[in-house]
Amino acid sequence: MTTETIEGTHLETEQEHGMSTRGYIVVALILAAITALEVSTYYVDFGPLFLPSLIVMMVVKFVMVVSFFMHLRFDNKIFSWLFYSGLLLAVGVYVAALSTFHFFLR
Amino acid sequence: MAETTTHDAHVSSTGLSNVKLGMWLFLGSECLLFGGLISTYMLYRGRVSDGPTPEQIYDIPFTSVSSFVLLMSSLTMVLAVSAAQKKDDRGVNLWLTTTALLGATFVGGQVYEFTAFYNEGLGFSTSLFGSSFYTLTGFHGVHVTVGIIMLLALVAINKRSSVPGSKSETVEMIGLYWHFVDIVWIIIFTLVYLIPV
Amino acid sequence: MAIIERPTPVLDIPALPAAPPAITPSRTFGALKRPVASTGWKSWLFTVDHKKIGLMYGATALFFFIVGGLEAVLIRLQLAAPEGKVLNADLYNQMFTMHATTMVFLFVMPMAAGFANYFIPLQIGARDVAFPRINAFGFWCFLGGGIVINLAWFLGGAADGGWFMYAPNSGPVFSPSNGIDFWALGLQIAGIASLTGAINLIVTVLNMRAPGMSLMKMPVFTWLVTVVQFLLLFAIPVITVALFLLTFQRSFGAQFFDVAAGADPLLWQHLFWIFGHPEVYVLILPSFGIVSEVLPVFSRKPLFGYPFVVFSGAAIGFVGWGVWAHHMFASGLGPVSVAVFSVATMAIAVPTGVKIINWTLTMWGGKLVFSTAMKFAVGLILLFTIGGLSGVTHSVAPSDTQQTDTYYIVAHFHYVLFGGSVFGLFAGFYYWWPKMFGKLLNERLGSLNFWFMVIGMNLTFGPMHILGLQGQPRRMYQWTEARAGEGFFNIAFWNLVASIGSLVLTLGILFFLINIVVTARSKVRAPLDPWNARSLEWMTSNPPKEHNFDSIPKVEHLDEFFHRKYEEDPVTHTMRGVATAEQVLAELERNADPHIHMPSPSYWPLVLAVGLPVIALGVIYSTMVAIVGGFIVLYAIYGWALEPATAVASDFDTPSTNGHAVSTTHG
Repeated sequence: MTTETIEGTHLETEQEHGMSTRGYIVVALILAAITALEVSTYYVDFGPLFLPSLIVMMVVKFVMVVSFFMHLRFDNKIFSWLFYSGLLLAVGVYVAALSTFHFFLR
Repeated sequence: MAETTTHDAHVSSTGLSNVKLGMWLFLGSECLLFGGLISTYMLYRGRVSDGPTPEQIYDIPFTSVSSFVLLMSSLTMVLAVSAAQKKDDRGVNLWLTTTALLGATFVGGQVYEFTAFYNEGLGFSTSLFGSSFYTLTGFHGVHVTVGIIMLLALVAINKRSSVPGSKSETVEMIGLYWHFVDIVWIIIFTLVYLIPV
Repeated sequence: MAIIERPTPVLDIPALPAAPPAITPSRTFGALKRPVASTGWKSWLFTVDHKKIGLMYGATALFFFIVGGLEAVLIRLQLAAPEGKVLNADLYNQMFTMHATTMVFLFVMPMAAGFANYFIPLQIGARDVAFPRINAFGFWCFLGGGIVINLAWFLGGAADGGWFMYAPNSGPVFSPSNGIDFWALGLQIAGIASLTGAINLIVTVLNMRAPGMSLMKMPVFTWLVTVVQFLLLFAIPVITVALFLLTFQRSFGAQFFDVAAGADPLLWQHLFWIFGHPEVYVLILPSFGIVSEVLPVFSRKPLFGYPFVVFSGAAIGFVGWGVWAHHMFASGLGPVSVAVFSVATMAIAVPTGVKIINWTLTMWGGKLVFSTAMKFAVGLILLFTIGGLSGVTHSVAPSDTQQTDTYYIVAHFHYVLFGGSVFGLFAGFYYWWPKMFGKLLNERLGSLNFWFMVIGMNLTFGPMHILGLQGQPRRMYQWTEARAGEGFFNIAFWNLVASIGSLVLTLGILFFLINIVVTARSKVRAPLDPWNARSLEWMTSNPPKEHNFDSIPKVEHLDEFFHRKYEEDPVTHTMRGVATAEQVLAELERNADPHIHMPSPSYWPLVLAVGLPVIALGVIYSTMVAIVGGFIVLYAIYGWALEPATAVASDFDTPSTNGHAVSTTHG
């Protein structure tokens, strides 16, 4: 427990610094660029890459916002555990439920 | 253990703030809420009965713009949190107000979109597609609206506060909520709008 | 709370809502003046004390237990003889739906929440939960939800679609009354209680442990209830979605479960059971926790294999997410899904079996003391094992297909829920009563209570195995003589036995209620440590002071209290007493913390919770009412947000002599 506490306080102080304003703007620009790329799939034919590329871009955006804007990268690991366990559980049960409807075979 | 943290305002076993732990737990729980709504939509998106299909009514350029607006509101939100950590209350109020305005633009866009869809023949009870689409995006819209109210209330409270930076943790918490609403939209934008049936 | 800051309670608080409240506009935007009473009804209505909230949970749950029990008795009276005339078909549907809903959502869950509220802070050495006002809000939501669900009885008939409310029975065609609307909205409100409670207790357990209490030194009850809170945290939003879809279908013309419109009614079943199966563990794990506290104390031995009990509890919580579709084997899921979920279901029997072994080995070689609490704990082990074994027979899909929707299922889940959850809760009553009220429940009446319940429960639910295997479907409001069959397995005889059993069971519960009254009237105080207990909640007075502990104990051992009372003799390697409970307590009192700050009472949790049922009624009857409810909610949130957790000095009518942060040597 003691190590956990020290680690916790340590990370808490580090998080106070977080990222610089510049860093946030860079992240936002990358996010905007990915969004533009996403929208371009509507106009340009990506062929068989269409679905995988959209899913990958979605995940990348998601993780970037969570890691940088929501500070999970800099924060105590407990927060990541709590959030990602909810997220993965949600993906798990709902994908399983949709599979029983043969959703992914259609 | 307590000794190592007594210098801190809130003594806790993990050294972390109660409110922040609670907020992350809440967001983890919200994943299952939106997961359920998204799954319902995915299951029903092709069942249009006599009503319009998604391809017929989705206005991708319009939605792309409003998605972009919401994405940028995450940037302004994180700048507010950043200002709060520097105890810069003027900056906090400026960025919070900007965030609320961007959020309001997004909600306004959603209201416009709903009206347009309705006029094109997609009512709430027209088809399973209609019911599940309005339910999913409506829940998200309500979340954004609640966020806007919290942002504006926080600005009001902040203006009365005499101690600079006294609300910095609240700013951070509302920030977490706001970003979460944004990432939900990141998913909705791809799964609902960009991937055709 | 305020009382610690000010030893003499403030007397002249303007009564609310009888008298207009004093207003301190300068501070709270015109919000109401803070309640500060520490005695009388206001001290309960506006309390944020986890112990008072725990007791309110318990009292309300007990009331609903009686309601649900009477509903069950009516069902059994209807089925006692062929062509029963006690209830008509419509009323019978309402009765079994509400019996299940009441027992699951309004008795077992809140009773466990009551114990959790009361004992988790005490067991981890904290003075309150992490968010005291949210805690109070949770209780009022539960009460409001319970009232909304039951209000339907008086407004056109209660919900009648069965507790899992499958489509199309949940649709307006088969259920034209408003019962299901009340049911869905009431559960929605009660769900808020579970969700906020889950967040609150998890943060409490993570963050507010006494110094030295690492996770693996926490009492098992705290551990298992924490697992339950994680289950609730992630399961409640799923039922929230399902209930919203149902409400939208019934009130706003959506068609989510309407096959005619092309919907998949299985969607409801999936959402319900994704929530519903973790919910099963929500119902049983708190009782497992109680039994894991009771058995070591009355066996005079430490719990056998503490880490196994903890990790198997966590494993149940985890695997519990992967088995929901075993409730749907008969719904045409397809062979692959059925096989996958069947195997997962068999797997979950393993961690449960681990617990049974741990409990048995805890008793092995111990000096067993058969107090009433111990009897109920042992009863749980035996009865739950029976229910667990019949449960394994359902995990085999072909056999389950035979059993689905028969009384065999009813027999199974009553053995695990009544023989498991309810027996565990009763063990908790007898074990913790002196802690909560300072008096021991009468052991003679307790014995009657136990034996009547055991015999009654086996007479009621045992025959249901036979009834089910003979093919009697559940939820049929009548059976006929002509189809009763012959010989030993004729259902006429066994239905009568089950009905007689339910009356014996009722007598058993009656002995418990009499016991409460007798104990309340008794003048005999319980000793400080009546059971020679092991965990921290016993290291304080009976009942505990408002601030729980005079000084927060430093924890060095699992079973800290025991280790303060006993030490191992280095020569004989036996435990010998080194201090009495009184001495341990006196030691804590000598080192009492000079500054104890407790959160102050608040109106806002109650006001906020009142707004929600108003919105619910508005959804059913009129938008205007819903808007009024919305304004109540907004007003309450506004007041809440601007209220500091601890009252400022100006809120006390008697001006404080030395400012707000008064230190006290009292207590």
